[in-house]
Amino acid sequence: MTGLLVILSIILIAIIAVQIGKVSELAAKIRGEEEMQDIVNRRQSVYMVLFMVVFLVGCAVSGVYYKNYYMGFGPWQPASAHGKVLDDMFKVTLFLTGIVFVITQILLFWFAFKYRARKGAKALFLPHNDKLEVFWTIVPAVVMTFLVVGGLDAWNEVMADVKDGEDYMEIEATGFQFGWNLRYPGPDGQLGAKNFRLISGSNPLGQDWKDEKNLDDFHPGEIVLPKGKKVRVRITSQDVLHNFYLPHFRVKMDAVPGMPTYFIFTPTKTTTEFREELRNYPEFNVPADPKDPTSKMLWEVFDFELACAELCGRSHFSMRRLVRIVEPEEYDVWAAQQPSYYFGNVRGKEDDPWKGRIFEGEQQPADTTQAQQ
Amino acid sequence: MANVATPPNTSREDQLIEQLGFDDHFHAHHHGDKYQSNFITKYVFSQDHKIIAKQFLITGMFWALIGAAMSIVFRLQLGFPEESLTWLKPVLGKWIVVNPETGIGSLSQDFYYALVTMHGTIIVFFVLTAGLSGTFSNFLIPLQVGSRDMASPLLNMMSYWFFFLASVVMFASLFLSTGPFSGGWTAYPPLSALPQASSGSGAGMTLWIVSLVLFVVSVLLGGVNYITTVLNLRTKGMNMWRMPLTIWAFFITAIIGLLSFPVLASAFFLVTFDRSLGTSFFLSEIFIGGKALDHVGGSPVLYQHLFWFLGHPEVYIIILPAMGIVSEVLSVHSRKPVFGYKAMVYSMLAIAFLSFIVWAHHMFMSGVNPFISNFFVIFTLIIAVPSAVKVFNWIATVYGGNVRFTAASLFAIGFVSMFISGGLTGIFLGNSAIDIQLHDTYFVVAHFHIVMGIAAFFGMFAGIYHWFPKMYGRFMNETLGRVHFWGTIIGAYLIFWPMHYTGMAGVPRRYYRFDTFQAFSHFDELNKFITIAAIITFAFQILFVINFFYSIWKGKKVTQSNPWGANTIEWTTPINPGHGNWPGKIPTVQRWAYDYGKDGREYIPQIEPLAKGETDEGAH
Repeated sequence: MTGLLVILSIILIAIIAVQIGKVSELAAKIRGEEEMQDIVNRRQSVYMVLFMVVFLVGCAVSGVYYKNYYMGFGPWQPASAHGKVLDDMFKVTLFLTGIVFVITQILLFWFAFKYRARKGAKALFLPHNDKLEVFWTIVPAVVMTFLVVGGLDAWNEVMADVKDGEDYMEIEATGFQFGWNLRYPGPDGQLGAKNFRLISGSNPLGQDWKDEKNLDDFHPGEIVLPKGKKVRVRITSQDVLHNFYLPHFRVKMDAVPGMPTYFIFTPTKTTTEFREELRNYPEFNVPADPKDPTSKMLWEVFDFELACAELCGRSHFSMRRLVRIVEPEEYDVWAAQQPSYYFGNVRGKEDDPWKGRIFEGEQQPADTTQAQQ
Repeated sequence: MANVATPPNTSREDQLIEQLGFDDHFHAHHHGDKYQSNFITKYVFSQDHKIIAKQFLITGMFWALIGAAMSIVFRLQLGFPEESLTWLKPVLGKWIVVNPETGIGSLSQDFYYALVTMHGTIIVFFVLTAGLSGTFSNFLIPLQVGSRDMASPLLNMMSYWFFFLASVVMFASLFLSTGPFSGGWTAYPPLSALPQASSGSGAGMTLWIVSLVLFVVSVLLGGVNYITTVLNLRTKGMNMWRMPLTIWAFFITAIIGLLSFPVLASAFFLVTFDRSLGTSFFLSEIFIGGKALDHVGGSPVLYQHLFWFLGHPEVYIIILPAMGIVSEVLSVHSRKPVFGYKAMVYSMLAIAFLSFIVWAHHMFMSGVNPFISNFFVIFTLIIAVPSAVKVFNWIATVYGGNVRFTAASLFAIGFVSMFISGGLTGIFLGNSAIDIQLHDTYFVVAHFHIVMGIAAFFGMFAGIYHWFPKMYGRFMNETLGRVHFWGTIIGAYLIFWPMHYTGMAGVPRRYYRFDTFQAFSHFDELNKFITIAAIITFAFQILFVINFFYSIWKGKKVTQSNPWGANTIEWTTPINPGHGNWPGKIPTVQRWAYDYGKDGREYIPQIEPLAKGETDEGAH
């Protein structure tokens, strides 16, 4: 039924269009081509100016309406140290391109209006003007140079890997269809080796348990990080390309199977602090659930999130993990409570390569296969 | 049948051609031959560049409607996820998934991604490359350089029919039960190489690759012809600096295409080897579908380099012909020379050269060594300079003019506005530091749609409205054309401007839904707005299609051979040019193409000799 209506409407539009066309051509014949073109020129030139005004006003008004979403404006603040540098680069570029945008759009539409064809008027024979052309080649070149230098300065600083002796912590995120496996290094501060051929139901990351660095690694269900500490995220993928994306931290890097990548950043605001900042904005002082006025406020339920930003298949849009930034003391408590994956799931079972060994805190070698008999 | 065109009227132009033209005895040789003697050879397997151009145009329009319709369907899902799409079930069958409890039908996730993928593939390749270059390079090159036809009419015919074949294969892929390819028009492996990763990566990807390899053949055949014709078949007096900017644009575009498309084909061959022969060019250390795959040692990043080595020049292949058309249309309808003709040529050459060394700005966040990104940032921001020069030159062309507003000139002016808007956002994205946040967000979607999806289309529309009289001997209806313009420019800005805001807010592209993340759920109203704007704008394109086809048979007839008062020599042929374009001699060119408003004369055709003491503005 809807299909029939759609087809009928198209046919109706077609008939109307053809009739408008015929009428306009008849009108032109009656009035005379030249006079018709004259009327058209006058009308269209006015539309040009009208469009220019509505367009630029529309840009300005919508820009103000959505001011909370410009990088570095209002509540949309970065929660990382390097984030401010990037946001500032954005603001400078916005300012410069904004000026060019307004000037060129005005000139274009204003000239279209001013130089509309009028009876008896003649066009200017102006094939070129060397001075003007040199000027408007040099100015963009200078502006671009300025943007390039600023941008590359920031880029090289943000993307540089950690140096020897630097103080940082490392965590690992492994993208897969369709979620993230997270791994922390545990008390030894080092991530153990892994091998994709070892992946199994009980070994989701393919960790090589013979590598002792793996034994204290744990797999949290969310990313928890201490404020103020530099973190190097080791980013890998199990199957196809994914992308590790923390929008509030201005962090983004592809996850490539077979080629670990990294991104280094320092969180500068705890989740609680960020929520307090959001509290200042009326848009966040509304119930989080619009249908339930008694629910918590939007600012109260705010959380940092990890998303995927590289098309990876049918559920690309739902690869979410929660991210919490806490005070360093709270982080230490949390980290100490996390159970090691090896000791919780592998120790004493079939794949355990250390069956005969006694670890600190154990009284005898664990061998649950014996106990079951 | 052979050389009968409308009988020449003895206008001044015809006299000049008779006296000063070049006699190549063309018609003497073709008298009584069997050229174009039956319907099949005249209209189907035609070797006449004008017919081939129309074949490209009609096929391009067909694909444009399909590509746009696809975008409406997936925008319906995006803008109104709570609304039911069960009414599409008769057409889309199993691709509409009905929730058994609520009865609400949604697009299946796989098919959503298939639509997004196909939309991109179809519009970038079939519409904006074949439909734009294919149409106008074919139609205008011989007519504007003064030759009888292309250097090889046979290869030209094959260029179209390879495109047709590619179209058939791609169309067929839409009906596969495992689904069309759905890994994005960029087709990154491993997603595109592994059927286990996505059902569209099975047969769908196979057909997609076959179609595009055939398409590459079409582009190469066409490109060889365009270059050869421009270099070798210019008429007497048409030196390179007297060529109109349209020809420069098509010529440079063809060179870019010839150098870059083979690399795309190579990427596709390597993907095929990985998929079917067990090689590991792009695959390494993958665990999927419950098992570890054997492929080791390859890199997905290699594919990206190969793809974008074409992918970036491709966008210039799309925009340069539009730029050439706009320069020509603005000049003719402003009755003024295009401002800075030489600078325009040098800018196009600079853009063409630079376009080959910026590709990895699509790969800033792909895991490449950040050091190499430095070079790509530098060259990307440099490319902004010749682009800016062109914009200033277009504005200066309108300045001081006596502008006649026709549908063609309206779209040309609209092109400049769109190119400014879309081009400026490229400056954000080209700066890698800013790209960290904006990569793969709606900011990118806004940028490339405005600069390619709208600006390039506007160039195409300007060209169609302007040269329709030459193609069909009739005018398209101007009133409908103006309505089409205003509806489209307003609608297009309403669709894509808001995407800058969602992009800056961090909303990623290629998301089926936004409600899984707090951060991305702020834009329900805006998404609805965008979808509605898209539907309305699409309706205006239907208006254009109706105008186009109706005017072919019932449009106002052209009564004088040069209805726009243009200088270029395509307007010196009879109103309905037959095979060989000129019934007698080929015109000799005496001056550059832009003597509009010179010495008090509104226009001076290129075939008119310079008067004594007259400066040759095109002298180089």
